[in-house]
Amino acid sequence: MTVLADSTWSDAGLKFFNTFGTVAVFAAILLLVFWAAGRATGRFYRPLALVVFLGPAILLLLAGLVVPAIQTFMLSFQNADSNRGVGLANYEWAFTTSSIQNILVTTLIWILVAPIVTTLLGLGLALLVDRLRMQSLYKSLIFMPMAVSFVGASFIWRFVYEARDPSQPQVGLLSQIAIWLGFHNPPNWILTQPLNNFLLMVIMIWVQTGFAMVVLSAALKAVPDDVIEAARMDGAHGGRLLFFVTIPMIRNTLIVVLTTVMITTLKVFDIVRTMTGGNFGTQVLANEMYTQKFVFFDNGRGSALAVILFLAVLPLMIYNVRQLRKEREVR
Amino acid sequence: MRVRQRGLLLLAPAVAVLTALGACSNTSSGGGSATPQLTGNCAKYQAFAGHAGTKVTMFASIISPESDSLQKSWNEFSTCTGITIAYEGSNDFEAQLPVRVSGGNPPDLAVIPQPGLLQKMVSTGKVAKPPADTVANVDKYWNKAWKAYGTVNGTFYAAPMSANMKSLVWYSPKAFTAAGYKVPTTWDEMMALSNTIAGTGKKPWCGGIGSGTATGWPATDWLEQVVLRQAGGDVYDKWVSHQVKFNSPEIIAAMNTVNGWMHNPAYVNGGFGGVQSIATTTFQDAGKPILTGNCFMLQQASFYGAQWPTGTKIAADGDIYAFYLPAISSSVPTPVIGGGEFITAFSNKPEVQAVQTYLSTPDWHTSRIKTATGWVSANSGADQSAYTDPIDKLSAKYLTDPNATFRFDASDLMPPAVGAGQEWKSMTAWFAQGTAIPQLMADIDAQWPA
Amino acid sequence: MTAVATEQVATEPRLPAVKAIRRSFSSPIASFAVIVITVLWTIPTFGLFVTSVRPAKDVATTGWWSVFAHPAFTAHNYDTVLFQNTFGSNAGLMPFLINSLAITIPATVVPLTLAAMAAYALAWVKFRGSDWLFFIIFALQIVPLQMALIPLLQLFNWFGDTTGVDLNGTYVKVWTAHTMFALPLAIFLLHNFIAQLPRDVMEAATVDGAGHFKVFRTIVVPLSTPALASFAIFQFLWVWNDLLVGLTFAGGTADVAPLTVRLAQMGGSFGRSWELLTAGAFISIVIPLIVFFSLQRYFVRGLLAGSVKG
Repeated sequence: MTVLADSTWSDAGLKFFNTFGTVAVFAAILLLVFWAAGRATGRFYRPLALVVFLGPAILLLLAGLVVPAIQTFMLSFQNADSNRGVGLANYEWAFTTSSIQNILVTTLIWILVAPIVTTLLGLGLALLVDRLRMQSLYKSLIFMPMAVSFVGASFIWRFVYEARDPSQPQVGLLSQIAIWLGFHNPPNWILTQPLNNFLLMVIMIWVQTGFAMVVLSAALKAVPDDVIEAARMDGAHGGRLLFFVTIPMIRNTLIVVLTTVMITTLKVFDIVRTMTGGNFGTQVLANEMYTQKFVFFDNGRGSALAVILFLAVLPLMIYNVRQLRKEREVR
Repeated sequence: MRVRQRGLLLLAPAVAVLTALGACSNTSSGGGSATPQLTGNCAKYQAFAGHAGTKVTMFASIISPESDSLQKSWNEFSTCTGITIAYEGSNDFEAQLPVRVSGGNPPDLAVIPQPGLLQKMVSTGKVAKPPADTVANVDKYWNKAWKAYGTVNGTFYAAPMSANMKSLVWYSPKAFTAAGYKVPTTWDEMMALSNTIAGTGKKPWCGGIGSGTATGWPATDWLEQVVLRQAGGDVYDKWVSHQVKFNSPEIIAAMNTVNGWMHNPAYVNGGFGGVQSIATTTFQDAGKPILTGNCFMLQQASFYGAQWPTGTKIAADGDIYAFYLPAISSSVPTPVIGGGEFITAFSNKPEVQAVQTYLSTPDWHTSRIKTATGWVSANSGADQSAYTDPIDKLSAKYLTDPNATFRFDASDLMPPAVGAGQEWKSMTAWFAQGTAIPQLMADIDAQWPA
Repeated sequence: MTAVATEQVATEPRLPAVKAIRRSFSSPIASFAVIVITVLWTIPTFGLFVTSVRPAKDVATTGWWSVFAHPAFTAHNYDTVLFQNTFGSNAGLMPFLINSLAITIPATVVPLTLAAMAAYALAWVKFRGSDWLFFIIFALQIVPLQMALIPLLQLFNWFGDTTGVDLNGTYVKVWTAHTMFALPLAIFLLHNFIAQLPRDVMEAATVDGAGHFKVFRTIVVPLSTPALASFAIFQFLWVWNDLLVGLTFAGGTADVAPLTVRLAQMGGSFGRSWELLTAGAFISIVIPLIVFFSLQRYFVRGLLAGSVKG
C-alpha cells in the first residue's frame, strides 16, 4: 500500500478549513442579521422580518430557477441558435415527429408505471413491515438504494442486466437466473423492446420504494387510534378496514408520495443516459431535452421539450396545491 | 450593552473572512517573476521560462489510461518551467465544452478531436488565436492538409496533437498461421477470407460500438472507410460538406456494402452473439475474442492498441497485429482515413501560449512517443526511430505516405449535431433494431443544421 | 355486574391503530414476503460489493455468484482505487472523497437554514400573498436544472466581472447552485412540518414578548429537529450523489472534482477495469450509507408528519 502523498493532507486541510470556515461565517452573518433586524421596532419590524426570512431564499430562487425558467420559455419560440423567432414550430416538431412522439409515449408510461408501482409497493411494505421485529433493519435495507446515486445504481444494475452469448458464462444475474430456470437462450435484455423500458423502470422503483415505504409508514403510525377503534366496533376487519378506513385516512400522504416520485421520475435522466444512452427505444423526455440542447445544440427544441415536461406535471401540481390549500384552511 | 458588543465582535472578522474565503481558491496560484535561467536538463525549455507558479487548465475527451501517458509526457516541462498543466478528461467532452464556453468559464486549452466542433467553438468568438511560434511550428512540421483541418474561415487556430490511423484491421498472426489463412491485400480477398472462416462455423468479424454517450462512432468509421474506397476522395469531400447527402446513391451503396460486411449475420459478432450485440458491446471489449479464437478480425483504429491486456505480444509474428484495410476500387489508391485532435486555446495568457507552443514542438511529440506506445504523430520533426510499437510504425508509415488518398474522419468534420449526434444514434439504431437504411439516411440528413 | 363488565372492557387493552392493522394482516406469509422482498432488494448491491473484491480476470469472465462455488477474493481493487497512482491522480480516490465532503457539507447546511427560515415565514408570519408565494415555490420543483446551467454560469461570470472576485477554482459556485436547486423541495417539506407546530407554544412565546427572530431561534429550530435532520440527510445524499451540478460548477480537474465526477471519468464506457469501477462505486456508496444508517431513526419521525394528517 502506498502512503498518501503529503500534499493530499495539506490540500485536505485547506479544503476543510474553507468548508467549515464558510459555514461558520455564514452562521455568524446570519446571527448578526438576526440580532440587527431584531432591534427594529414598530412598523418596520414585520416587513424587515419578512425580508430577512424570505429574502435570501427568494433571491436565490429568482436567479437560479425563475429567470432560467422564463428564459427557457422564451427560447422555446426561437430557432436553434436563438437568433430568430419561429413561433410554434418547435412544438409542432415535437408533436408531429414520430421519434419524439415515441419519446412522449415512453415518458408517459414511465410516469404512470414507476410512481404507481413504487407507491403501492411502498404501501404494502409499510403495512407488512410494521408488524415485524427488527423493522428498523428491513426498513434500512429497503431504503438503502436511495443512498446510491443514480449513476451508482446503473453500475449495480449492469451486473444484473448484462447479457453474454449463451454459450459463454454469464456475467449478468438476470441472464443467469433465466438459464437456471430453464430458458437456455436469454435475450439481450437491454436491446429487447419494449421490455427494456420496464427493466429500466425497475431500477427507478428499486431506488424510490424505500422512500415511499418510510413516509407511508410514518403516516400509518399517525392514524388516530380512535378512528380505527370506532371502525372495528362497527365490524370492519382485514381488507375492509384497510380499504375503507385506513387508506382514506392517509390519502394526503399517498398523494404527496405519488407526486414526489412522479416529479423525480420526470426529471431523472441519469438512468436512461447511463444504461442505454437513450438508444434502443428507451429515450425519455428529460434525456432527449438534454440531447437536443447539449448534443445537437438546438436551444429551441430543447427548450420546447422542457416546457412540455413542465406542462405534463402541471395538472398533478394543481391537484396537489388544491389539497394543500384545503389543509391550510382547516388549520 | 453586551449584545451590541457581541454583534460588533462578530461583524468585523465575519466580513473580512467572508471576502477572503470567497476569493480563496482551493489551490494556490502565484504570480510570475523575472525570467529565470534554466540549467542542466531544463535548459532546453528556456524558451518557455518566466511563468513559474502558473496553472494552465486543459480539457479533453481522452481519459485513462491514455491520459496518464499524456500527463507523464509533459512532466519534465512542468517541473522545469514551473507551469502546472491541470488536465481534465471527460467522456462528456463534446457536451461539456460548449456548456463551459457559453457559460463563460472555458478551459485554457481544449483538445478537440472534431474539426466540426472546432468550427462551432470558433463561431462563438471565444477561441484565442495561437501565438506566432505555434503557427511557425505547424507550417514547418505538418503537411498542409493538417493545417487546413485546424483552420476555420481562413484563420488558423489549432495545432494538431496526435494522429491516428483508422484504416486498420486487427488480427492474430498466430491464429492465422495455425489455420493457414493469408493476410488479404484486396477487399475481395478479405471478403473471400471471411466466407472461408464463416464456412468453418466460426464468425470472422467482431465489433463493438458501445461508448457511453458516444455509442455508435465505430460504425460511422465503417461507413466512411467504404465511402472513401468505393466513391473516392471527391465524393467524400462533397459528402462532408453536405453537397452529397446521406440519402444519395453513393452513400447508400456504401451502406449496402457495410450491410454485407459488419451487419452480416454470417460474419458477426464473433464471441459475443448476433448482429444486435454489436450495439451493446463496448468498443474496448470488441477485440478480446480474437485472443480466445472466437473471432478473427476487428476493424479498429491504431489507438486500439492500448486495449490489449498487458503481456500481449503485438508483432507481425506475435499474438496480435494489424493489417491495412484494403482498397475496394483501383481508382482510389491506398485510401487512408485518419483522425487526430487539435489543441485549441481560449485564453492568450502568456503561460497558455507557452504550453500551446511547447505542444507543437517536435520535442514534445518525441517525448510523448517515448512515454507510451499507441500514439502516433504527424509531426515530421518527431523522432521516427522512437516508435517502439510495430503498430505505431505501421500507422506512421501510412499517415506520411505521399501517395495515399488521405482523408480525415468524416463524422469529425461534419457539424457536431450530425457527426457527434444523429449519425451515432442512427447507426446504433441500425445495429440494435435493424432500421431500414433509407430511413436512417433521411434521419441523419434531417439533422443537418440549416 | 356493571363493575365486572367495566373491568372486562378495561382489561381488554386499547389497541393502537397500527396494531389493529397488524392484526388484519397476521399471517406468517406476510413476514415471509417481507423477508423475501428485502433480500431481493439487497441482492443487486450485494452483487456490486462481491464484484469489487474479486480479481480482475474473474470479473470479466464469470458472474459474481460463482464466488460461492469458487471463492477467490482480493483487496487489490480497493488498494488500487484508494491509494494507487491510477487515473491521473497520485493518491487514488482520497482527494475526491475530500472534495465531495467539502462540497456537500455547506451545500447541505446552507439550503437547510435558508429553507427553514423561509418555511417559518410562510407558515407563521401572516402577509398578503403568502399562499401564492408558497405555491409558486412548490411549483418551481419541476424546473429542470439542465435549463439553469448555462444561465447560472453566465451569472457567476457577470458577478465575477463586476465585483472583481474570481470565483473560479472555489466551491462558492457549486454551493450556490446546489442551494438554489434544493430550495423548492426543502421549503415545501419543512413548511409542512413547521406549520404543524403547536399553536399554543408559539403564541405563548409571542405573549412573552419574543419577536420572530427569537421565536425562530429558540422554539422553531429546536422543535423541528426531526424534520431538519431528515431533510439534511436527503440533501446530503442528493448532493453527494450528484454528477451534473458538480461537473458544471466545480469542474473536473483533480483539485476540485467531487467523487461522482471522478467515477464518471473512470468508467463512462464500462469497457475496462470493471473491478476497479465497482470498487470505486462501492466507496462512493459507503459514506452516504454511514450517514444514513447513523441517522435513520429520524426518518420514522418523518419529515412529512405534516401531510400525514387528513
